[in-house]
Amino acid sequence: MIAALIRWLDERLHLDELIAPFKHKTVPRHKLSYWYFFGGITLFLFMIQVLTGILLLLYYRPGANEASESVQYIMTRVQFGWLIRSIHSWSANLMIFTAFVHMFSVVFLKAYRKPRELTWVTGVILLALVMGFGFSGYLLPWNTLAFFATKVGTEIAGQVPLIGRPLMIFLRGGEEVTGATLTRFFGFHVAVLPGIVVVLIAIHLFFVQRQGMSVPPKVEAEWIANPSARREMKFFPNFALRELMAWYVAMGVLAALAALFPWNLGVKADPFISAPAGIKPEWYFLFMFQTLKLIPSKIWIIDGEVLGVLGCSLAGLLWLLLPFFENEKSSRAKAWVTGISIFVLVYVIGMTVYGFLAQ
Amino acid sequence: MAFLRNNSLLAARSAALAASLLLAPSLSAQAVNSCLDCHSALDGPLQVTPEKFSQDIHTQKGLTCVSCHGGDASSYDPDQAMSRKAGWKGKIDRKQIPQLCGSCHSNPAFMRQYNPSLRTDQLDQYHTSMHGKRLTAGDTKVAVCVDCHSVHDLRPPSDPRSPVNPVNVAKTCSRCHSDAALMKPYGIPTDQFANYSTSVHHEAMAVRGDLSAPTCTTCHGNHGALPPGVDKVQNVCSNCHVFQAQMYGKSSHFKAFQDKGLPGCVVCHSNHAIHMPSDAMLGTGPTGVCMKCHAPGDRCDKARASILGNLTQLDASIKDADQSLRLAESAGMEVSEARLTQDQAQDSLTKARVTIHTFQTALVDADIQAGMKIAAANLKAGRDAMVERNHRRIGLGLCLLAIAFMLVGLWLYIKKLES
Repeated sequence: MIAALIRWLDERLHLDELIAPFKHKTVPRHKLSYWYFFGGITLFLFMIQVLTGILLLLYYRPGANEASESVQYIMTRVQFGWLIRSIHSWSANLMIFTAFVHMFSVVFLKAYRKPRELTWVTGVILLALVMGFGFSGYLLPWNTLAFFATKVGTEIAGQVPLIGRPLMIFLRGGEEVTGATLTRFFGFHVAVLPGIVVVLIAIHLFFVQRQGMSVPPKVEAEWIANPSARREMKFFPNFALRELMAWYVAMGVLAALAALFPWNLGVKADPFISAPAGIKPEWYFLFMFQTLKLIPSKIWIIDGEVLGVLGCSLAGLLWLLLPFFENEKSSRAKAWVTGISIFVLVYVIGMTVYGFLAQ
Repeated sequence: MAFLRNNSLLAARSAALAASLLLAPSLSAQAVNSCLDCHSALDGPLQVTPEKFSQDIHTQKGLTCVSCHGGDASSYDPDQAMSRKAGWKGKIDRKQIPQLCGSCHSNPAFMRQYNPSLRTDQLDQYHTSMHGKRLTAGDTKVAVCVDCHSVHDLRPPSDPRSPVNPVNVAKTCSRCHSDAALMKPYGIPTDQFANYSTSVHHEAMAVRGDLSAPTCTTCHGNHGALPPGVDKVQNVCSNCHVFQAQMYGKSSHFKAFQDKGLPGCVVCHSNHAIHMPSDAMLGTGPTGVCMKCHAPGDRCDKARASILGNLTQLDASIKDADQSLRLAESAGMEVSEARLTQDQAQDSLTKARVTIHTFQTALVDADIQAGMKIAAANLKAGRDAMVERNHRRIGLGLCLLAIAFMLVGLWLYIKKLES
């Protein structure tokens, strides 16, 4: 029956031609192959986000007077609403985590090198957009922590020279964080960002499929020295089945987190109360937040916060252009990039831990 | 006495000479106040330093020593400065002090230029007070204006350093009223401040900084200070405890207490040592109040026992529901709706405790039952949440089991495929 249906579709759409590249595609097989799974897991978690996000949309109402109540309704009245919301929140965090792991695995396995520079660029932009998802989505339940985190976050954006203030007013939909900000963030979260991200994911995947999986330089060198050691597996079904196993593991972790630690609702935001003491952003912004906190308020004649925001923006830009700093022939440049990459990883982890522990 | 006076005059003259020599070059630059220049150099009660005097609200408003004491502050010659011809009054006689203060403070036209909202009936009120009546009768030991408000560094009551600031009033009254020797001729107790210091009102004022909490003057009046009469106690307490007073006013106790000449609220709650009321006041223990009048086993004793039992039950039910909800919250369960209504249960308990002042079992029970209903629903909500948590864990277990099966199946399939 299914075979007949596929045959029927194939006669009309020539699906064979579409599937053909995947049948011939191979994936290098070596002791570091498991790092390849993280990109797929991130994609799987993004699909979970889309699915659970659509389900949440059925009940969520954006608006300062309704958002918190509608999330409470989802959590308490809607059948399995608590599960959908918990999965959406946990999956968002896991997705950002696996995106970071994926990015650093690409850095240390040197997968960003020629000819994959554009894959790297689209990947870094995707990570920034995913963090944008996190920032915009965090406000949607309209609770106290989210309200003040958005206030602080948009204030930081307002420090960018020249465009800072207009940018802050654009993000907030006015001078202050209000219901207008919530409506705006909702629009970014469910329309603008998904639209851009889906296109970029398609481009990113197209590049990956077109260029195939990169082999780490050390493994490549071993294979050149000993061609008989070269191992590959078919993308379909061998790698795809392994990826499926990774997705099942991710699903298990997600289910356990959602069931054992349901995402809490928080107290409804009240713009007239003072900010809770020691307020911190979500963990994925913590390294930047802590950096800004450590910068003195004035450095020479420049405002410390402005300098921090400019520094972080410049660092982000340099990170985006990482592949272009490497010269194929210069081992010195390669060593520099490796050194800087290790420093960035240690800095991000160190500052995040410091941010958690700091009062 | 003459010797002392001569000594004081000598000291004043010396101080005046020294002050005139020291200050002569600057005299033309600023207004002269020879009183202050001399008195700042004196010791003991005659000393008034510029620092102290500058704190006085009257100084800040432009009044000088001459405004009260008369004399000529522009002269450094003591005979001229303290000349009767220049209107010098010397030390104001205690009997004259209220009248002197009242000469300005009872004049609305004069006071309006400084503080239009300030009352001008203090002197009239003072004459109605026990202090004022006794002063008129010739007793100069009673309090006059300066005893409470201080003198030469007199600050407005809103200043926390003022002795008549709400926080300091009790301490100020106690300076005389806790003095056993001073109070002995009047035959009044001296334990008021000690008792008040243990009260819930003192705690609100001194510990929690609630300036609206009652202090001595709130119940006794300030300028017209008098103990409220036995039959007026309810009127005093009702200024704050409105509902309790209304309920008590319609209760059987109101008439019974009036008939027996008992001072209303004070009978159960005491006067100065008013402690935080507790359900134990309905009990038979040392803090119980009902059985001081009622006989064991009578109709009222039964009603008391019934109300106490129900209140205790509601209190326990609220605590049980609270614990149940806390447990659910710590397990990450969403019970915010029940948490919200928990406040309503607590409100019902508070309302029932107020309704006790009707002394009608049915009315108290109605409030208690309303609270019991909410507490029971919240207890159930907490327990249901924990059952739901267990269901979730079972569901998770099954889900993880299915995932494990899938993983093993896929692994075996891959192995088979690649073998």
